[in-house]
Amino acid sequence: MPTDKKNQKNKRPVNADLDHSPKKAMLLSVIPGMGQIYNKRRLKGALIFILFAAFTVMMFDFIASGLQGLITLGTEPRVDDSRVFLIEGILAIIFTVFYGVFYTFNLQDAKKEAQKIRDGWRPGGVMENFRNSWDAGFPYVLIGPGFILLIFVVILPLLFMAFMAFTNYNLYNAPPRNILQWVGFENFVRLVTIAEWRTTFFSVLSWTLTWTFVATTLSIGLAMFLAILTNDKRLKGTRIIRTILILPWAVPGFVTIIIFSALFNDNFGAINTDIIQPLFNTTIPWMSNVMWSRIAIIMIQVWLGFPYVYALFSGVLKGISDDWYEAADMDGATRWQKFKEITFPHLMFATGPILLTQYTFNFNNFNIIYLFNEGGPAVRGQNAGGTDILISWVYGLTFNNSQFSMAAAISLILGLIVATFAFFQFRRSRSFKEEGNY
Amino acid sequence: MSKIFERMQKRQFTRKQKSKLEVAMIYLILAVMFLIIFYPLFWAFAISMNTTSNLFTASLSPANWSLDNYVWLFTNPRSDYLQWYRNTLFVSTIVTVVTTLLVSFTAYAFSRYRFRGRTYGLYAFLLLQMFPVLMAMVALFILLNTIGLIDNLWGLILIYIGGNIPMNAFLVKGYLDTLPKSLDESAKMDGAGHFRIFFQILLPLAKPILSVVALFNFMAPFMDFILPRIVLRSPENFTLALGLYNFVNAQFSNNFSRFAAGAVLIAIPIATVYLLLQKYLISGLAAGATKG
Repeated sequence: MPTDKKNQKNKRPVNADLDHSPKKAMLLSVIPGMGQIYNKRRLKGALIFILFAAFTVMMFDFIASGLQGLITLGTEPRVDDSRVFLIEGILAIIFTVFYGVFYTFNLQDAKKEAQKIRDGWRPGGVMENFRNSWDAGFPYVLIGPGFILLIFVVILPLLFMAFMAFTNYNLYNAPPRNILQWVGFENFVRLVTIAEWRTTFFSVLSWTLTWTFVATTLSIGLAMFLAILTNDKRLKGTRIIRTILILPWAVPGFVTIIIFSALFNDNFGAINTDIIQPLFNTTIPWMSNVMWSRIAIIMIQVWLGFPYVYALFSGVLKGISDDWYEAADMDGATRWQKFKEITFPHLMFATGPILLTQYTFNFNNFNIIYLFNEGGPAVRGQNAGGTDILISWVYGLTFNNSQFSMAAAISLILGLIVATFAFFQFRRSRSFKEEGNY
Repeated sequence: MSKIFERMQKRQFTRKQKSKLEVAMIYLILAVMFLIIFYPLFWAFAISMNTTSNLFTASLSPANWSLDNYVWLFTNPRSDYLQWYRNTLFVSTIVTVVTTLLVSFTAYAFSRYRFRGRTYGLYAFLLLQMFPVLMAMVALFILLNTIGLIDNLWGLILIYIGGNIPMNAFLVKGYLDTLPKSLDESAKMDGAGHFRIFFQILLPLAKPILSVVALFNFMAPFMDFILPRIVLRSPENFTLALGLYNFVNAQFSNNFSRFAAGAVLIAIPIATVYLLLQKYLISGLAAGATKG
């Protein structure tokens, strides 16, 4: 490598302009556009200057007052709305970040182009320049609309939630009537120090984890079992069989959950009156007993969740070459060995990351918990129901108890759990590794 | 002794018989599964055909089935059902078209171009797809309340589209990555522009995954009731899921047959769309899975 560099230096291009300094171009671009003009790209420089000037003039007041409002959150109750201050503050931060990114781009662009000029490159005509920047800018044009939407619809609410977790927003201290205050980590501290919050938090958390693990693993297991069964070549009518097995997914989930919650109803549900009562001469309190509610919910989720994984698995199984199994047969492998050494690794290799999303899905599976019996039954000594998972607890805190800051704090914890889990898993998955190579 | 026993066993279970027994077992297991799958669906259908709207007195026998509940949904002035159907179709259609377009653009850029900020963008998408929009429901509720987009279908549409982008973009990008780059490179040599390469070469090849994305996005508003519940307030703005939920929420046992009738009418078109696209769906799912 060093010799290469030397050679390049010796072979100096014909047009090389040694006096053209990249450093100078970059320094000039402290006023955006000036460096580009120094690089003899006057139109580009002028455009950049005008854009930056317009942005600065238009946004300066907004950003300054926004950032200030974010610190104070308002001063006069009933006049200042702390929520608006929060939103404007977050927008100001977003705009500042954008400004910074574009500003850095502008500096680096001036420097890069000056380097190229020093090494003998000459900017072409207006049309050629235009085409070049269209080529370079095209991916941004593609991403732009989606990205902007993402910022306002996903990132803004998430940030808003994160900020809210550090305020004291609740039923008794709610804007516009009152001004919010920053309270630091008080909400999180209360969550683990005040007895009622602590017991609720840990019981909900442990049930959330149990629920996620049991419900998802059972659906995956059932899906795998059925996929292997229906992949059997001796079976007839596999297309119809497959279609029927996928049916639970085709029917909207909220419909089936409501149907199930009627079927499981303690008093008039068909499962009690038609199955349990005649067979065992008793009824099971599916709705009013915590343990039975949990069992019912897990069973329903398996019913709802297996078809998707089943569809995935049977797609993968169809793709496994018969050669593998023939070779295994020759070696006299048992069925279990074939499953362990061929089928299972194939399935996991092909669907691993998607299976993990099944776990994160159930971790946040609000619908089933809420629609079955709204997280109930109530449990003495805690402010969440017996089947409440973190996200349905957050819902309850927001819409029933108006404990907005607490809800935000718990959402934040929820988000951190999901992110950590998913991050470690995604890092292991193939697609992520491939990305690292670029 | 043992030899005789062995011979007997061999005679009892020849290979063929064993295989037949196995197949019979598989059919038996599948039959049980079918029963478990169809029972709640059939039950709901039967309830929807009952004349009484009361669960206590409802019967499952087809002898006295009638379409009263369906008629009620469409003709009774107190029923908003048609309006809900219209709202949901409106939301679904716009969300599907816009999301599919935005997602395919984004995925195309990430799959085929190497540009500054690409890696950061991918990280951001990866991170964002882990946070369901629902997680920020406290914030969404207060935000929409503050800016006055509550009880507005467009607010709902915006949230759906924005929330759908990261995950779907990843799915489509993974699929596009599997298409050989030589295709678009040779097209570029022939002088095809950026958009032309996209629309005429990549898009037709990406049809399986795009139909999966479109289908997901179309079905989502029919199935989702929580976001509508956060955003929408007045019954004439409800989507189907929310409206039907309110049916049973108000007086559970008394309205159930009407709910069932409404639910049957949602389930049938969705299941049909789904079954029609099944071939694409499974191959698309598997293709997405192999690439994460």
